[in-house]
Amino acid sequence: MAMELKSNVPPGPIATAWSRHQFEMKLVNPANKRKFNVIVVGSGLAGASAAASLAELGYDVRCYCYQDSPRRAHSIAAQGGINAAKNYQNDGDSVFRLFYDTVKGGDFRAREHNVYRLAELSAAIIDQCAAQGVPFAREYNGFLANRSFGGAQVSRTFYARGQTGQQLLLGAYQALERQIAAGKVTMYPRTEMLDLVVVDGRARGIVTRDLVSGKLESHAADAVVLATGGYGNVFFLSTNAKGCNVTATWRAHKHGAGFANPCFTQIHPTCIPVSGDHQSKLTLMSESLRNDGRVWVPGKAGDNRKPADIPEAERDYYLERRYPAFGNLVPRDVASRAAKAVCDDGHGVGPGGRGVYLDFADAIERMGEVAIRERYGNLFEMYERITDENPYRVPMRIYPAVHYTMGGLWVDYNLMSTIPGLFVAGEANFSDHGANRLGASALMQGLADGYFVIPYTVGNYLGASRLAKVDKGGPEFKKVEAEVGERIKRLVGNKGKRTALSFHRELGKLLWDNCGMARNQAGLSAARDRIPQLREEFWSQVIVPGAGAELNQALEYAGRVADFMEFGELMCRDALERRESCGCHFREEFQTADGEARRNDEEFAHVAVWEYLGQDKDELLHKESLSFETAHLAQRSYK
Amino acid sequence: MKVVLKVWRQEGPEAPGQLQRIDADEITPDMSFLEMLDVVNERLTLSGQRPIAFDHDCREGICGSCGVVINGVPHGPRPGTTTCQLHMRQFRDGQTIVIEPFRAKPFPVLRDLIVDRSALDRIIAAGGFVGARAGSAPDGNAIPVAKDKADAAMDAAACIGCGACVAACPNASAMLFVGAKISHLGLLPQGQPERWSRAESMVATMDKEGFGHCTAVTECAAVCPKGIPMDVIGRMNRDRIGAIFLVARRTWEADNS
Repeated sequence: MAMELKSNVPPGPIATAWSRHQFEMKLVNPANKRKFNVIVVGSGLAGASAAASLAELGYDVRCYCYQDSPRRAHSIAAQGGINAAKNYQNDGDSVFRLFYDTVKGGDFRAREHNVYRLAELSAAIIDQCAAQGVPFAREYNGFLANRSFGGAQVSRTFYARGQTGQQLLLGAYQALERQIAAGKVTMYPRTEMLDLVVVDGRARGIVTRDLVSGKLESHAADAVVLATGGYGNVFFLSTNAKGCNVTATWRAHKHGAGFANPCFTQIHPTCIPVSGDHQSKLTLMSESLRNDGRVWVPGKAGDNRKPADIPEAERDYYLERRYPAFGNLVPRDVASRAAKAVCDDGHGVGPGGRGVYLDFADAIERMGEVAIRERYGNLFEMYERITDENPYRVPMRIYPAVHYTMGGLWVDYNLMSTIPGLFVAGEANFSDHGANRLGASALMQGLADGYFVIPYTVGNYLGASRLAKVDKGGPEFKKVEAEVGERIKRLVGNKGKRTALSFHRELGKLLWDNCGMARNQAGLSAARDRIPQLREEFWSQVIVPGAGAELNQALEYAGRVADFMEFGELMCRDALERRESCGCHFREEFQTADGEARRNDEEFAHVAVWEYLGQDKDELLHKESLSFETAHLAQRSYK
Repeated sequence: MKVVLKVWRQEGPEAPGQLQRIDADEITPDMSFLEMLDVVNERLTLSGQRPIAFDHDCREGICGSCGVVINGVPHGPRPGTTTCQLHMRQFRDGQTIVIEPFRAKPFPVLRDLIVDRSALDRIIAAGGFVGARAGSAPDGNAIPVAKDKADAAMDAAACIGCGACVAACPNASAMLFVGAKISHLGLLPQGQPERWSRAESMVATMDKEGFGHCTAVTECAAVCPKGIPMDVIGRMNRDRIGAIFLVARRTWEADNS
């Protein structure tokens, strides 16, 4: 069956599209809701809010997470804030402006209607979270405080100190726990989804592994929602939590869900640089630091004097020099590439020459240390804990790191994938950020999907479909469960001599070097050809201690690495196919004379959607063309 | 540097456990504590032994997954620091490091350093929320919140639910954890309608799960990586007593109406 990409965007004016669509969607009779059961995989912002909201409506919900508690999903680590078009500051913000900024920030590679809805729903998210008791920052008058974030020219970001993600997630988690207590949600912590079950062309369940007992189990449902986050850990080193993985979305992809724009991965400019080979993850330093910190490198390549010994005239404030209008506040992709460029030219600082300075000396002199401590105290402390350097005295060293993935499973306007009954929410889908996500927009999208989109669109699907009963003991479930069991047996039975970690590290380096901040035909082709070999080596040489039917973290990890080994190849393929530079995706062959990205709207104003055709077969590329009728195509310029 | 680990090894909840000595050579001071365990686990795996099981995820001190007792102190020697943010430069070359799970009756050991902390989720489910359905909220600025109240609520809301407070308490009390949530929500106007029932129900669930009482040892606050202060326990007790009086008054009113 050929893959069909119907966006199902409502016809007519964009500004009223969602409300018209809400009216047109099917409703489920309140008495019938409890007869429908919905599986939600993942308990981050999107998953927890979707599970809680569906349960509030009366659906019978089951929610799964690999962590020991739903409160621990990686949304919790988001520091900076959440955008909303409230215009509380009276500074010219509006739904249209947030929509426009997001489309433009995404370099015109997102679907307009989805983005408009996101901007429209943003205000209700703040209302909902405030009502839940999220302790947002307040002014002295008791009203909600805002700050400007990530280069936005209006102050529309709401925040809770440097822990906005934590507080929003705890709000959603508490709503979820309330439904668990009410018996409307059954929670399965320490349970990992290892495959999707499709019956008669519809998503009807999942196969999971209990991470304590190792037991495999099938779960049947009327609809499945994947809210399993992004795939940034394919690079091994990223700001993601160690457990973040691509398995759920990749397995769904292999059952027929199109994978959209896998090469769109956001590299965040302000992370603590790598310190050695033992490094297990990278730590983000909030982007808000760029509001007061100045980025510079020594003007002379290879200058290894202490930063304090380098006089002002011999420093290169390269962002201020190259982008006088936006300076240190250029978007993430631009700042990241600029850092890479100066380090490639030998100006980098710190171990390995992969770092640039983020200097607060001027800000401290201007505002005093107390003011800086008030603003960034917790971040400075975190930096000091990790590096043993005091950023009040010496400049921070930062370097870009993989942070967020804009690509994900393709979804239509209803957030349904190409498999009917399989919905995808939050970072796991591709929909709203195009080729580059703006700061403080991830939290907004996760919660918009979970609180306000999924509850309607899943209901519409259930109300409009005549679903036959399925039995979790049926042949489709048995087959998938057997395949999952077989894979586990193969992993633990392998008597190899290399650990999954060493394979993961090699894969990550290969992708970072060739499919990272700057990409070219030769590097991408080499990586694409090398990955299948590496995958073969993995399956023949990996050693996984222990057994399948027990608590076995090495096995969990090896399974995730195995899926990254397949996914990484698709990433390179997608990056090769997109012969333009846009947003995060910088192809060295396609740049302007002064080194900026050169987009090609004639040939590439589309979503690249990949269809899985079987093992050892090349994936098939489909295109959803994008039209920009409301936000007109324009070149991004931050000069 | 080189350290001598004495690590708690235990196959499962019912199995007996014991400390295993592992000599860890070629450790560098800039490794995090968990990266040191990663290195040890790689070596154990390659030599055909079972790696050490431990919980971890974000590795930036916010998810609350990690946490072990290091030389007798939950999360180790550095104040205000989770296990994942602790670095080996905090230890001396040649030092012996004893690593044990968070021990408490309501936290059964699942394997090695992994314990089951789901009792904490059940306490939150008992009332640690504001029952605001999606879609029912008034405008975010409709209910102003005084800045000092919002700041104090945020101080309490910073709890990451790691359970170190329970592990540090000689009574295995969870009152710092429970008090933090009761304070966070009880300080805000949004939390008022459910304030008394919340305190009553969360405390009852805490007791039922087998956590002990507070005898003001204050070890919990000393080891809390997020600096949750002892005050939250006082606030919890006030709200709890408030709930008792409220129930008494309602009963009296019912009897005399």
